[in-house]
Amino acid sequence: MASNDAHETVIGLECHVELSTATKMFCGCPNEFGAPPNTHVCEVCLGHPGSLPVPNRKAVEYAIRIGLALGCEIAPRSLFHRKNYFYPDMPKNYQISQYDLPLCVGGHLDVEVDGRTRRIGITRVHLEEDTGKTVHPGTTGRIAEAEYALEDYNRAGVPLVEIVSEPDVRSAEEARAYLTELRATLLALGVSDVRMEEGSLRCDANVSVRSRGAAELGTKVEIKNMNSIRSVERALLFEEERQRRALAEGTPLVQETRHWDEDAGRTLPLRSKEYAFDYRYFPEPDIPPLEPDPAWIEEIRASLPELPAERRARFAEAFDLPPAQVRVLAGSTEWADFFEEAVRLGADPRAAANWMTQDLAGLLNQHRVELSGSKVTPAHLADLVRLVGEGTISSAGGKAALEEAFAKGASVEQIVEERGLRQVSDVAALGAIVDEVLAENPGPAEQFRSGKEGVIGFLVGQVMRRSGGAANPKLAQDLLRERLLTGG
Amino acid sequence: MGDPREPCDLPAHEIAARLASGEGSAGQVVESSLARIEAVDGRVRSFLAVTAEQARQRAAEVDRRRVAGETLSAVAGIPLALKDVLATRGIPTTCGSQILRGYVPPYDCTAWARLQAAGSVLVGKTNCDEFAMGSSTENSSFHPTHNPWDLDAVPGGSSGGSAAAVASGQAVWALGTDTGGSVRQPAALCGVVGMKPTYGLVSRYGLIAFASSLDHVGTFTRTVRDAATLLSAIGGHDPRDATSLPGPPPDLAATLEEGVRGLRIGVLEEGFGEGVEPGVRDRIGEAVDRLAALGAEIGEATLPHAGYTLSAYYLIAPAEASSNLARYDGVRYGHRADDPRDVVDMMTRTRGEGFGDEVKRRIMIGTYALSAGYYDAYYGQAQKVRTLIIRDYEEAFGSFDLLLSPTSPTTAFRLGERTDDPMAMYLSDVFTIPANLAGVPAISVPCGVDERGLPVGLQLTGKVLDEATVLRAAHAFEQDLGWTTRPPLLEAAAG
Amino acid sequence: MPVEIDIEHVARLARLALTGEEKERLSRQLPDILSHAAKVGEVAAEDVPPTAYAVPRSNVFRADEPDECLPHDAAMAGAPEVEDHRFRVPRIVEME
Ligand SMILES: [Mg+2]
Ligand SMILES: [Zn+2]
Repeated sequence: MASNDAHETVIGLECHVELSTATKMFCGCPNEFGAPPNTHVCEVCLGHPGSLPVPNRKAVEYAIRIGLALGCEIAPRSLFHRKNYFYPDMPKNYQISQYDLPLCVGGHLDVEVDGRTRRIGITRVHLEEDTGKTVHPGTTGRIAEAEYALEDYNRAGVPLVEIVSEPDVRSAEEARAYLTELRATLLALGVSDVRMEEGSLRCDANVSVRSRGAAELGTKVEIKNMNSIRSVERALLFEEERQRRALAEGTPLVQETRHWDEDAGRTLPLRSKEYAFDYRYFPEPDIPPLEPDPAWIEEIRASLPELPAERRARFAEAFDLPPAQVRVLAGSTEWADFFEEAVRLGADPRAAANWMTQDLAGLLNQHRVELSGSKVTPAHLADLVRLVGEGTISSAGGKAALEEAFAKGASVEQIVEERGLRQVSDVAALGAIVDEVLAENPGPAEQFRSGKEGVIGFLVGQVMRRSGGAANPKLAQDLLRERLLTGG
Repeated sequence: MGDPREPCDLPAHEIAARLASGEGSAGQVVESSLARIEAVDGRVRSFLAVTAEQARQRAAEVDRRRVAGETLSAVAGIPLALKDVLATRGIPTTCGSQILRGYVPPYDCTAWARLQAAGSVLVGKTNCDEFAMGSSTENSSFHPTHNPWDLDAVPGGSSGGSAAAVASGQAVWALGTDTGGSVRQPAALCGVVGMKPTYGLVSRYGLIAFASSLDHVGTFTRTVRDAATLLSAIGGHDPRDATSLPGPPPDLAATLEEGVRGLRIGVLEEGFGEGVEPGVRDRIGEAVDRLAALGAEIGEATLPHAGYTLSAYYLIAPAEASSNLARYDGVRYGHRADDPRDVVDMMTRTRGEGFGDEVKRRIMIGTYALSAGYYDAYYGQAQKVRTLIIRDYEEAFGSFDLLLSPTSPTTAFRLGERTDDPMAMYLSDVFTIPANLAGVPAISVPCGVDERGLPVGLQLTGKVLDEATVLRAAHAFEQDLGWTTRPPLLEAAAG
Repeated sequence: MPVEIDIEHVARLARLALTGEEKERLSRQLPDILSHAAKVGEVAAEDVPPTAYAVPRSNVFRADEPDECLPHDAAMAGAPEVEDHRFRVPRIVEME
């Protein structure tokens, strides 16, 4: 976006993250995606009369983990409130959530945009319960056209944290960076699968455009229904443009909630409501306050893993890697751990980083598998880097070995032996091949002697071919030159 | 004909003693209870459902175990009734409401689960004001219940069905719920013992919520000893209720005989103010004298903010109720309106058809009191008053072990007398509500009848978790009074 | 303190269909009841904290251990309408 125009975009993000606990927030039903409808339900999560909620300790622990990782203060006393509104996916017609006393307050997340670090404030992190899932049978799937709806409450009561940012985000690109960083952080913490496509990470955005430098926010529009980081970015770009154009044309903007239509690539106003929401929050009388023991908080703090930002800094520092590679390697726990294990097994860090970000990444991409789903191990990478470095195999041989390891999982040593990838560095053995090649190619040999030195490449290629790729190309060239110049 | 009392007229501890000595069988006891239901419930109308077959089977099971030489629990084989706001698996549970007509819970409330495991025999589910909102049981959407002492009078409420069932021998004891006096007030009006324990002593799991922070499970019994026994059987920590207090069930019978000598009892001056009937005032005065004669130290006490308790209660209870009752929407269970246009229309008409007047009135009050712009002035202020009431109790309990008042300012009033005047009806609970706001234990114990022959209840209130003192004083008073008068209905039947 | 209530608005928030007669009656009764209730404003001072829980407790948790679910049939048993193992409701027109 143009950054020197008269307007600036102000974005705040609200993310809902499903926690990967074994059971739901307030009952013992399994917290599991994809079960047959209404099989992970009980009297509590179906809102049967008389049933009562009891908070899941693990969910509270996970929320504290997130709060600590985001630099929040863990409130010495926080409360669950009831948020009252009627919707058929919500069995009690109120959501147990948190209101004016959330569990975590006032943190931040540092994100990198264009090589600069931007600090995005975190207003709060609070705990709540998820709703059930509504399907709208009908031809188009559009809610307004459906004749009726069907409710599955397996998801009802799954623990959610809501992470609310300050309105510190200034562009769609920053929003993407924020979500990418948040996602990586949550993955590193091990508290959620953060799969946007399965709904375990959901994001709404508040967007407004104001005169640059103005203290007041412009008319705020809330955007919902963005199902990937990419669609958040697209929706924000669209909305930013729409609002800027309206301001330029002098068309008044209305404060409203808009829906992102992925296929149409635009935001649309949601059906306007008959009346404003009035959630009638009040303290949840069924659940006593949370007053987490400071010792418990410290225990959780001590157990925090290295976070992606810290890891990036350490990788850059310790391994002297370029920022682009650091971003890829430290971008996920899986990649970072893989890399570090290879280095621990003796691989040269820069070479290992190159192999991972180029060849290995290429293979994964081509075969559409995750690193964890492939047969390649840090030991493979370490062996590969070592053998290429020692000159035992050529880098071409290394690529071949990596592909074989990727497909079959056999050890690199074994692959090198089986496929004869070991470079022939034996002067006698290689000399014999060189002699054969010269005998069979008198023309090129003559050309070389008459000054066309470039033809040496062709002759090296012939040696390589005859040796089945195993010849050490440097040695082959040396021997060829020696024979040709001594007139043999 | 000698003793006109049937087995079902005896206190539970006497029945238990007979079963233990082989003098009678659980089968005989349950048959006498079922026969009494057959004989009188057409007039009293305590029950919404009678579970005769299951009761017989359970009694037979208890007898099998008894004959096999097993030691029975103190509740085994004793006919029990449950207020119909307590969830019972496989047995319809309606809360006296059309919106739950035909609803069958998929699980048991904890109190019944514990009693069931101990061999208790359920004879039926009792009538109540719809969702426990009321003080006369006239707000039941099915039918009113009549007071066994005067069939033209109300039994009190909201647990009127349970109170009337125990008073008329249809059940030996019963559970009710008490949100603003709904156990103690009907116990007083029906001449039985009604006990509301400390908030959190008995699990609320399966108690269908009216106002969660005020709801308590309580007991109806013929004697204070039975109250101690029944409470011990259902009390103690329940991991399914986050507001349930830690610790095992208390043994409340152990200190029952310790008397009142040296106990400091504060007589609440509010209990003798305007609106208290002379008959009630006289009986309570005599009770004070009696306790003094037994060695209690009597003094004057006051809860200075008592005058604000009704106001606070009629904000907090409806506010919580408006949220608790939001789940009755026609989606998952219960009534659903016909031919809905869309889901909002379905929910709105389902609720309009399914709820009665008093429930609608309270949902409206509660919704309003929580709504934007009004929360601070109403709900927020009411919660502050609640703090003041709790401080009043703390202050009073600095000087006294127990506080004494009438349970209800009046004896049983006539059916229909207060139905058109909600404020007059709400005043029935003026002495019982403070204990709900503060969560302290309180009992209503019979202390004779007024000039019309209607029972008067004496309320004793104790400190948090000091049920033992409440019960011990009530027991001493009950033994000393030796009141054995029975409802005319039963005397007529026997004669 | 005179109390004014927009009965229609409150009924809509509470999803309660009221007949004309009910609205008329509630318009009479609620202001009475609420002005009595508003007495709470007379006593509670600024420095008095609110009480939401009669007997205070804190940090009550359950372990993250699975418990029995209801059998599917039991979960659906009370449903007014079922289709495809789900609770069927009329079309949703408001909100999204
Ligand atoms: Mg939320
Ligand atoms: Zn559940």
